[in-house]
Order: sequence, then C-alpha cells, then structure tokens
Amino acid sequence: MDHAFFVFSSYGASALVFCALVLWLMLDGRARKRELAALEKSGARRRSDHNAKDGP
Amino acid sequence: MRDQRSKPGLFSGLANPTRFLSLSGRVLPFMTGITLLLFAFGLYLCFSTEADYQQGDTVRIMYVHVPAAWLSMMCYMVMAVAALGTLVWRHPLADVAHKAAAPIGAAFTFLALLTGSLWGKPMWGAWWVWDARLTSVFILFLMYLGIIALNRAVDDPGRAARLASILILVGVVNIPIIKFSVDWWNTLHQPASVMRLDGPAIDPEFLRPLAVMALAYTFAFFTMHLVAMRNEIFRRRVAAMRKVAANRAGRKAAVQPVKEGR
Repeated sequence: MDHAFFVFSSYGASALVFCALVLWLMLDGRARKRELAALEKSGARRRSDHNAKDGP
Repeated sequence: MRDQRSKPGLFSGLANPTRFLSLSGRVLPFMTGITLLLFAFGLYLCFSTEADYQQGDTVRIMYVHVPAAWLSMMCYMVMAVAALGTLVWRHPLADVAHKAAAPIGAAFTFLALLTGSLWGKPMWGAWWVWDARLTSVFILFLMYLGIIALNRAVDDPGRAARLASILILVGVVNIPIIKFSVDWWNTLHQPASVMRLDGPAIDPEFLRPLAVMALAYTFAFFTMHLVAMRNEIFRRRVAAMRKVAANRAGRKAAVQPVKEGR
C-alpha cells in the first residue's frame, strides 16, 4: 500500500464521521420538532404553562 | 430565581431554555458559515502545501489527526465545566450541555484513534501499539462511551445529569495523563511539537494548514454542540409535554365517574 492510500483513507474517514454526525443531528432535530408540533396541535402543554396557571 | 422581571446576567439568563433557543438560533447560521469557510480554506492548504522530506505525503494525515485529538480533549474539558455547572450551580443548561457534547466528543476521539492508526502503519509499521499516549486516548474513548451509556440508563434526566457529572469529573484526571504521557513515559508517539513552552518546533509550512484545520474543527465542534443542545432541549420538552398530557388523562379518568353521577 502506498502513502496515498493512507492519506485518502484518513481524509475519507474524517469526512464520513463528520457527515454522519451532521446527518444524525439534522434528523434528530427534525424528528423532535415534528413531535413537538404534533403535541402542540393536540393541545398538550408543558408543566411550566401549567404552573403559571395553577401555581401557588 | 423564577422571577423573570429582574434582569438576569448572561449566564443565568441562559438558564431559560427559550432564551437559549432564540439566541442559539440566531448565532447558528453564522457559525455554520464560518465553519464551512474555514474547512474550505483549510483543506485547500492541506493539499497545496509541501510534503515532508522524511514522511512524504503522510504528513498530510497530521492535519486531520491532530485537530481531532485536540478537540477530543477540549470537548472533555467543556463537559467537565458543564458537570461543575450541574453539581455546583445547578444550571439547567449545564445538564443539557454535557449530555449533548458526549457523542460529539466520542466521534472526535474515534477519529483521532482511526487517523492515528492510518498514520502509524506507514510511519511506525504498526496499526496500534499499547504505548502511554495511545492507551490513555483509548481510555478517553471508553469514558465517552461510558458517559453516553450512563445518561441513557437513567430515566430521570436530573438524576442522570448528576451521576454523569460525577463520572465526568472523575475522568478529568485522564486529560493531564494524555497530555503529559509522552513526557512521563517512553512512548512511540512523538512528544508535543506545537503546544510547547519554547514555541512550536514545527515548520510554518506545516503549521499553517494545521492551525486553520484546528480552527475549523473547533468551530465545527461548537456549531454541532449548539445543535445537539437544541435537540436535547426539544427532546425534554416533548417528554415534559407527554408527562403532563398523561397526568391530565389520568386525572380525567379518575373524575369521570363523579361527572357521570351528577
């Protein structure tokens, strides 16, 4: 194996890991926002809203 | 503390997740732009600068290996500060910060180990040796995995954050061991050549791409960390809303017979 193989494997692996991280962050964010939107649509509230209304 | 009319400082103001979300949302596009520009410039330098007279082209592996290794340690220090924030100041964002950073730190550590291995084979003749530097970084990788596992094993986020914080702070002892392993023990891994008291012992030809790539990695880390923190806040909101909805459904079910009786 020549040096180019090691150099390009390193850069390729780094690019792959970065892409995987970015993809995961984007998909995770999108899924969570979709869940939030669905919950808000169905009238669900957060505890902080609840406290503001019924708190002491 | 709940009184939002009194003017909070920046640090305690960020304890309000809504404020953090709007602030980070405004900063993120700029950070993404700067990261991409730095990577474009850094990668150009990586392949336009000269090869080493001894190592040949494999010196270019340094430009992705060394920043990944630096960031793997910096990420851990960011997590350690956040862990203090959880245990000492009980800052709500600190829990989110160290939980969100762990997978990113694990990825950087994995990259440092992988690219180091790909550099070790042509230069040392071995993919892996159990010398002090490599072993201590491998332990750092295991620490990250342990922290991620611990966070996932405990359901209550507050409890998970406190337990993970203790583990993170115990693991901090590994960071100086990694840094000074090359001085304290006989290692195949070379000693520091950039972060030295007597200045960098590396030619500017190699230092320039390395510095730009290190900056690019740093910006990439903070950008991804912000996004991961936002995702974690959204995840907690979903969980909180589901809990409230479940409680309300439970209460409704309990009062139902009374209502019917009326």
